[in-house]
Formats: sequence, C-alpha cells, structure tokens
Amino acid sequence: MAPPLVDLRNISISFGGVQAVKDVSLTLNPGEVVGLLGHNGAGKSTLIKILSGAYKADSGEIYINGEKAHIASPRDARRYSIETIYQTLALADNLDAASNLFLGREIVTPLGMVDDDQMEAETRKIMQRLNPNFAKFNAPVKALSGGQRQSVAIARAVYFNARILIMDEPTAALGVHETQMVADLIKELKKQGLGIFLISHDTREMLDLCDRVSVMKNGELIGTERVEDVTEDDILSMIIMGKKPEAVA
Amino acid sequence: MTDTTAARNEGAKQRSFFQALQLDTRLLGMIGAFVLICLVFHFYTEGRFLTPRNIFNLTIQTVSVAIMATGMVFVIVTRHIDLSVGSLLATCAAVMAVMQTQVLPQTFGFELGHPMIWVIALLAGIATGIVIGAFHGWMVGYLEIPAFIVTLGGLLVWRNVAWFTTNGQTIGPLDETFIKIGGIGGTLGVTGSWIACALAVAAALGLMAASRRRKSQHGFPVKPMWAELTVGGIVTAAIVGFVAILNAYEIPERVLERRFEARGEVLPEGFTTGYGIPYSVLLLIAVAVVMTVVAQRTRLGRYIFATGGNPDAAELSGINTRLLTVKVFAIMGALCGLSAAVAAARLGFSTNDIGTLDELRVIAAAVIGGTALSGGIGTIYGAILGALIMQSLQSGMAMIGIDAPLQNIVVGVVLVLAVLVDIIYRKRIGE
Repeated sequence: MAPPLVDLRNISISFGGVQAVKDVSLTLNPGEVVGLLGHNGAGKSTLIKILSGAYKADSGEIYINGEKAHIASPRDARRYSIETIYQTLALADNLDAASNLFLGREIVTPLGMVDDDQMEAETRKIMQRLNPNFAKFNAPVKALSGGQRQSVAIARAVYFNARILIMDEPTAALGVHETQMVADLIKELKKQGLGIFLISHDTREMLDLCDRVSVMKNGELIGTERVEDVTEDDILSMIIMGKKPEAVA
Repeated sequence: MTDTTAARNEGAKQRSFFQALQLDTRLLGMIGAFVLICLVFHFYTEGRFLTPRNIFNLTIQTVSVAIMATGMVFVIVTRHIDLSVGSLLATCAAVMAVMQTQVLPQTFGFELGHPMIWVIALLAGIATGIVIGAFHGWMVGYLEIPAFIVTLGGLLVWRNVAWFTTNGQTIGPLDETFIKIGGIGGTLGVTGSWIACALAVAAALGLMAASRRRKSQHGFPVKPMWAELTVGGIVTAAIVGFVAILNAYEIPERVLERRFEARGEVLPEGFTTGYGIPYSVLLLIAVAVVMTVVAQRTRLGRYIFATGGNPDAAELSGINTRLLTVKVFAIMGALCGLSAAVAAARLGFSTNDIGTLDELRVIAAAVIGGTALSGGIGTIYGAILGALIMQSLQSGMAMIGIDAPLQNIVVGVVLVLAVLVDIIYRKRIGE
C-alpha cells in the first residue's frame, strides 16, 4: 500500500508550560478530506500550524509521501506543496487582491521587478473560476466583504497547485451561498486528488464533506473515525466528553 | 470576459472629470495646501517669497530632511520609528569630515583637493550609516527591542560618538568638490539644467505611455486618452516651470568674476547666467526615484508594505520579517549618510550640532506626507512634499520676522492638524 500523503507521528508542542498538543498522530491520503473537530483551545489550529510551518513541534515527526519532512517555516511548507487557509485569512489589508495572492511568490519581470499587471491578469483568471462576481481588483482587500476576502485567501491556496490543503474554518465568515461554493470547491479539489485537512465547528457540514473525522480535546487526540461509522451524536459526545463512541455505547 | 468588464465599467457610472484623470486626491490636497502656504507668505512678505532666489534656497534647505524622510516612510510603514536619524547624521558627517581633512591627507597621503578624496569620504559616511542602521535593525528585528527604545538610545549614543570623532571641534573647511554636493556652488548651470529637464520630461511621458500600453495589452480598463494627455501636460509644465525658475536665479556678478578669474579669464561685459538645478536637488530626485521604484516595483518594497499591513500574514507568507527590519533600518542609515553629506557640504563644515532635532523634522515630514503610524500606508512623494511644506512654513515665518518660539509653536500645531485632516479624509473615503 502506498504511504499516506501526510503522516503526522507523535506530535507534541507546549507554550510556556501549557501543553497545547500532546502526542497526536494523524494521517491524510490523496483525495481524502480529514476533519478536525474540538472545542476552542482543543489544539486543532496549533496542530495544523505545525504542518504549515508557523510553529515548530517540540517532538514528533512529519512524513510526506513516506519521506521524512523538515518543516521549519511557512516557506518550507510551501516547498512540500502544503497550502493553508488560515482562520484569520492572513491577508495584508492594505494591499490589493493580486498582491495578497502572490505574496512571497511574486511574478517578476526579467529585470527582477514585480509584474503587477501579469499578477492581476492571473488573479482575474482564477477569480473567474472561484468567484465570478469578484470585481474589486484594484482596491485594498480591507475594502472587500468577508466573502470576497475569503475567496482571495482560497485563491491563494488553490492557485499554486497545492497537493496538501489545510483549511481552518473556511466558512466561518460566509453566507449560505458562499458556504455552498466552498463546499463545492472542496469536493472538486478532492476529485483532483488533493489531501485536505478541514477544521470547522459545524459538525453536520463536517460529516457531509469529510471522509474521516478526528476529534481533539485539551491537546489530545480522542479518536479518528470514518464518517460512515458514526452519527452526529457520537461526534458531539466525543467533543464534549472526550470519549470514543465504543465507550459511550 | 474582459470585453464585458470594460464595457460595464464604462457604461455603469458616469465618471466625473477628476475621476477620469485618476489623480490621487491626497496628493492634490497636499499640493493645494503647499500652494496656499506659498501664496500666503508671498502676500505677507510683499512678493519676496515666490522669487527664484527664495525658491532656490528653499529647495536646497529641504533636501537633507527630504532624503531622510523617504527612508522614514519605510521605517514607519513597517510599524517602527527611528528617533536617531539626526544623531546618525551627525556621526556620518563627522566620519566624512575627519576622513577628508585628516585620515586621507595625513594617514594615506592624499594631496588636498585630490579627486578621490570626496568619493572615498562620501562612501565612508554612507557605509557608516548602513552599518549603524543595520545594527539598529538587528536589535529591533532579532533581539525584539522596541524600535522606539533602540533609536532613543541611538539618539544619545550617536550624537556623542560624533562628538568624540571630532573631539568636539568644528571640522573644516571641507574638500572643494565635496562641498558641491550640498552647497550653492554646486549647480548644473543653465544649459545642463535644460538638458536634465528634457530628459526628465521624456522619462515621465515615456513611463506613462509604457504603463498604458501594458495595461491595454492585458485588457485592463485604461483612462481616456484626453485624461492621459491632460496629466502628461500638467507634469511637463511642472517640470519645465521648476527648472525655468531655478535657471532664472542669476549668479551675482562678483561670484562670476571670481569664477572667471580662477580659470585665468576675464568676465565678459554684460555676461549673466543662472544657477540652474543644484546637485543636491538632483540627488534628492534620484533618491526619490529609486525609493519609489523600490516601494512599488520590487519584492523588498512589497514585503515592507505587506509587513506593515499585517506582520503575521507576512510571516505566514514566508517573508523573513526580521531580516526585512534589518534591511529597512540599513536603508534609513544609508540615507542618513547621504543627508549628512548634503548638510555638511551646505555648511562647508561639520559642526557638533549638525542635524540636531532633524529626527523630529523627518518624522513630521513623513507623517504630514500621509504616512500612517499604524503602518502599511505611506508614499515617497508624500514625504518629500511634507518636508517641503515644513521648510516653507519655517523659512516663510522667518522671512516675515516671526519670533523663533512662535515658529515652533506653529509647526507643532500644523503637524497635529495635518494628521487630523488625514484621519478625517481616510474616514470619508472609507479606507
């Protein structure tokens, strides 16, 4: 059997005495969506930030396609084709959509100058696919609506041909219609063979979109279940009580 | 797809005259304020303010602060501050002065007036600025000491390092060629100025045409041709007008006589000529162009603004914000070195109090020019205009004969008012 796309083994990290993630192991396969559930402060975002290079784990190993990966910075993560949509969106509010989309990876002219026109043209192309109503290409992203800002953040993750996508609450700021658009996008990307880690509080949405769900509580992994095997209530009791469904039943 | 967007843009809203010109309203407001200040002083000084002579002096006096203000834009945009620029200027000036009057002639045996003296001295001063600036940036970026504290310390340290470098003495007279960097003697002359003027106009119009061509190649909406031509006309008129004024300031007859004598000639009867563009102004223009290109067209500039807008986002995008801080302060240091050369050259000496309170003028110029202390927003041309407005206020009031304490009160009030107006303006346009 082929090695998993992502294999997180025994990851731990603590901040000033608080153990945010305790010995968590997770896998992600190509074309699979794995959901991460848990209360605020359960350690989901922290775990995911270790994979995206924002934090460095105190212990544990990361394997990408079966090979040991060294991810010490966001730049390293991008080298492994890991793209992240952060909960905060991580947009520079004073810059326009194209500058944000290409931030850190600008298209440059042969003279080494940033090619704003080329970047805007590329941004228009991908926006046409993701959010055809998007028109404010020359305004700072501060001037955009929540949904528009979200589509800039999503475009940034999708444009660079990610193989591994991390989405931290991608629909938290969105309306019904836009949420549906993100759901459709996740399904399409999954079909293309991407592996996706999805963080959300919406249990029903997670059961709809994910292949497997992992529940975390107080930094520990309670368990990982295939969505066919569990009900919404099972998941909720894992989140609240921190017990696996067998123990509940 | 592009066709429909363009059509929608044109059809949907009737653009007003000014919208079609796509001019920066903040820039227009600042130019308006500047013109108003000039006119008021012109009236109160009974026509002495807007004369070629005074405009010439005004530009020369502005250069030193304006050069540093362009660097301060980057510092403030990245949410830092640099209180040490005046002291840093003093240290750089001291290094340059000691270099050209003592080290090079005495230790290395250069003859006085040797053509390499000014070059080596200038490079040594700029290198000093870069090293000290980078050191500040390292403490801010890597040791995470707030920039306010690092540069407040620097304010005290470098002022007195300068004092030790010169043993507290005024060093001079400086090298004759070096003095031309900032002095009234260093100008392009009438013919040279017109050539520079023609080049500047050609460059400005060429850039506008190139930008329009690029945009239409990508199928982006462009402004109507008449708007493009109007803006081009205004820019051309401004450049030509400025050069004409500087050329109109005539060199006094006795100065000319001395110049001809130095060449072993006699001043021809009735011969007059203008000063033209001072080298220091050319230097400022070069700095402004380079800094604007860095800000708008390079990755470094993009990262500076991204970091100012959202430091976390910049870091998550793989930008090394610590190293970026070092670079920003190093640029600031280099510009302090350049300003030091201009300031010392204008005086002809390096004095102990050179650049005193310049940090406040520089910060004020950047802020009046629309640089937001909250970071992420600022322009190079704004800072230069800010410096010009400050200098006009100061020398205008001096010409009217307002007492020095009252002058400072007015400048302080203007600084606060300018920021208030800027805040109101930003709220209006919903930024």
